[in-house]
Amino acid sequence: MPKKTIRTIPQNRAPMPVQDPAERVENFAEVALGFGLEDALIECARCLDCPAPACVDGCPVGIDIPAFIMKIIDKDYHGAYEILSEANLLPAICGRVCPQEDQCEGVCPVGDTLEPVAIGRLERWVGDEAIEKGWSNVPYVEPNGFKIGIIGSGPAGMACAADMAKAGCDVTIYEALHEPGGVLRYGIPEFRLPNDVVDAEIANILKLGVKIECNTLVGRLFTIEQMRNEMCFDAVFIGTGAGYPKFMGIPGESLNGVLSANELLTRCNLMNAGKFPNYDTPLDLGRRVSVIGSGNTAMDAMRVSLRLGAEKVYCVYRRTRDESPARLEELHHAEEEGIEFHWLTAPVEILDDGEGNVRAMRCLRMELGEPDDSGRRRPVPIEGSEYEFETDMVVYAIGTNANPILGQTSSIKLNKWGYIETDETLATSLAGVFAGGDIVTGAATVILAMGAGRKAARSMKAYLGIRDTAAVYLSERSGSESTLFGIPAAERNFARIRLA
Amino acid sequence: MARKSGKPKAKTEEQPESPEPGHEARGAPGFEIVAREDFSDVTFLLEVRHPAMAKAARPGQFVIVITHEHGERIPLTIADFDRDRGTVTLVIQAVGKTTKEMQQICRVGTALHGVVGPMGLPSHIGDAKKVVCVGGGLGVAPVYPQARAFKEGGAYVIGVVGFRNKDLVFWEDKFRACCDELIICSDDGSVGIKGLVTKGIEAAIDKHPDIDEVVAIGPPVMMKACAEATRPHDIKTMVSLNPIMVDGTGMCGGCRVKVGGKVMFACVDGPDFDGHDVDFDDLMNRLRRFVSEEKRAMEKWQENCKRLNQEPYTPDTVAERGGSGSAAAGTGRPS
Repeated sequence: MPKKTIRTIPQNRAPMPVQDPAERVENFAEVALGFGLEDALIECARCLDCPAPACVDGCPVGIDIPAFIMKIIDKDYHGAYEILSEANLLPAICGRVCPQEDQCEGVCPVGDTLEPVAIGRLERWVGDEAIEKGWSNVPYVEPNGFKIGIIGSGPAGMACAADMAKAGCDVTIYEALHEPGGVLRYGIPEFRLPNDVVDAEIANILKLGVKIECNTLVGRLFTIEQMRNEMCFDAVFIGTGAGYPKFMGIPGESLNGVLSANELLTRCNLMNAGKFPNYDTPLDLGRRVSVIGSGNTAMDAMRVSLRLGAEKVYCVYRRTRDESPARLEELHHAEEEGIEFHWLTAPVEILDDGEGNVRAMRCLRMELGEPDDSGRRRPVPIEGSEYEFETDMVVYAIGTNANPILGQTSSIKLNKWGYIETDETLATSLAGVFAGGDIVTGAATVILAMGAGRKAARSMKAYLGIRDTAAVYLSERSGSESTLFGIPAAERNFARIRLA
Repeated sequence: MARKSGKPKAKTEEQPESPEPGHEARGAPGFEIVAREDFSDVTFLLEVRHPAMAKAARPGQFVIVITHEHGERIPLTIADFDRDRGTVTLVIQAVGKTTKEMQQICRVGTALHGVVGPMGLPSHIGDAKKVVCVGGGLGVAPVYPQARAFKEGGAYVIGVVGFRNKDLVFWEDKFRACCDELIICSDDGSVGIKGLVTKGIEAAIDKHPDIDEVVAIGPPVMMKACAEATRPHDIKTMVSLNPIMVDGTGMCGGCRVKVGGKVMFACVDGPDFDGHDVDFDDLMNRLRRFVSEEKRAMEKWQENCKRLNQEPYTPDTVAERGGSGSAAAGTGRPS
């Protein structure tokens, strides 16, 4: 086959089929419908299969991206899944929610001249294919006798759990909510990440022998110290997320109708408030909803409000579209759906209707000044520009602080903002206790949390002296009755073949 | 299952909803109810098996309960815990849809879908020598573990408990066992002193000039009155706040309350706060947040009960009706 060059590959990306904006604001079905096989093949043809692939370094979990793409070209889809899932147990999730433009796709050389290869969409395609075909990637593992406790079943916890289970450890994840998944469940809405995709990928984690205990609030039911000392966990990973929503401290924030994006999303995504009263959790959705902030959480809150029936949804952000921290695709989808953006606008007061509910918001217009520490131009208020606009619900999506529960209940060392302090191996001040994800870094992304979970797993293995031996994966294509080196499939969780 | 390109996925909304009150409290797995006692036609006790929680629970903490898969998460203060039996006890007032449904379906041998806790900071049981523990309405049971803890810590404990009338009185024996004095107040004077619990507090303050601390748990209006009753005497008064919550882990911020001009999350920074600093009017406004939804949920449930020929639950043991309680529950608010 002649070597592909930038001139010979398809110049345009395969378009992602999406639900029509007018139609989708009425439902919670997924917006981006996913590639078909033909779309995937077109997109794969755009990969130059670079000898020193930048994309692999750009991926927080180090997926061998060109290798899985080449497998798709060879029509070996299961092989593609095996490569993907070795680094990432949650491909259907990450393919949907990773900010690829800042990671693998951001460093793709094709992107220097054309649009970069749509790696995220290909990852999702493989992930969806695996779910549809029921593939899972379960290695032969021989129990090594180590007991690992994981706090939080979000992306960081699951990534760490998967790696430790693959190393032969007995892994238990503790989750405070009544459903596993963390932010994937309560935070990211159905139309971006359907719950059945989350369920399917969690099922793959369970197939590794990982146990998930829901309804367990670590810190209060038992402490980290108790896990290490009384419950005999050889190592513990903390992946609780940040999750203590910020408010601005302006007058009127305790009025009814003011809430955090976390609360709105939890009521809707986890508790099904959209189906009240068939589900018991209510939501006091306003007719005109204002969301403060312009990150991905703000986009989710706005688009959920639209789908729940709000007539008008405003985004109030003190900087401009260029500084918005949301993924471009999310911003674009929100614009298509008719969200009204008020850039360079800062709320100063929320006004009462006389009965304790929100009536309006008073705002200041801003202009951009000199760049600040984040490198973004600092918004400066324009004097005398105050104005009022009517709204009956105000949603705060301006980030989170560290959750205080572990600090209240453990002697673990925190930094001055209340996040857990770790060294470069993600070890905390307590021996055998590691931490990663938002509770260490502050609010970030799903894939960064997964990357941290995997890194902590490597450190944990080093701490416990577990030497990784090459795992042998059972090929499911050869039929479920097959044996490998005489070991039946049913016993694949109990044996680990060491390759000479 | 995940979908490929093509038609949008069938909406999950179209799946049949399990109708209420056809919900059954689930059998195991879940959190088994091992005992139930009905104190009146609105107040009932559930004892739930949860050995780890019985071991961890401290006075002042609460749990979040989910009755069934379609249920909401409601906070309930732990009324008692028994480490030997491995159980925690909840005392519930059936005043909203969820609590009335619990009254109907939570029988011994059934299980709750979710019970998580203990949540919140435990009450600070300091070295107070003489304390008054005040419980009114839905606060009578939650104040009991605090009274017991103070007694175990060597304090002189004066209990003040308020009920609407004589027939609604419960746990008198338990309070007598851990209180050096017990003052019962009733709205109609059918038992103890006639009047509100504030009258009981005033009686205690008159008799004992050396009270170190008052703990008051009940509806916000009662806690506010208690804080006002002790303010002139400058007696430290701790109250247990009951705002609306979802997760109970500090994640949603729905339970934010104003204390001493600062915003606190009752679920992780409380639920106990200094009553003299709490903005009760703000709390009471925020508790009205779901009034219309509460009504809607209740009407739909009653309609469903009628349709399925299920009488809303009334225990036979109670002859007289005791009223419907003052605060509506059923939207994530502790009793």
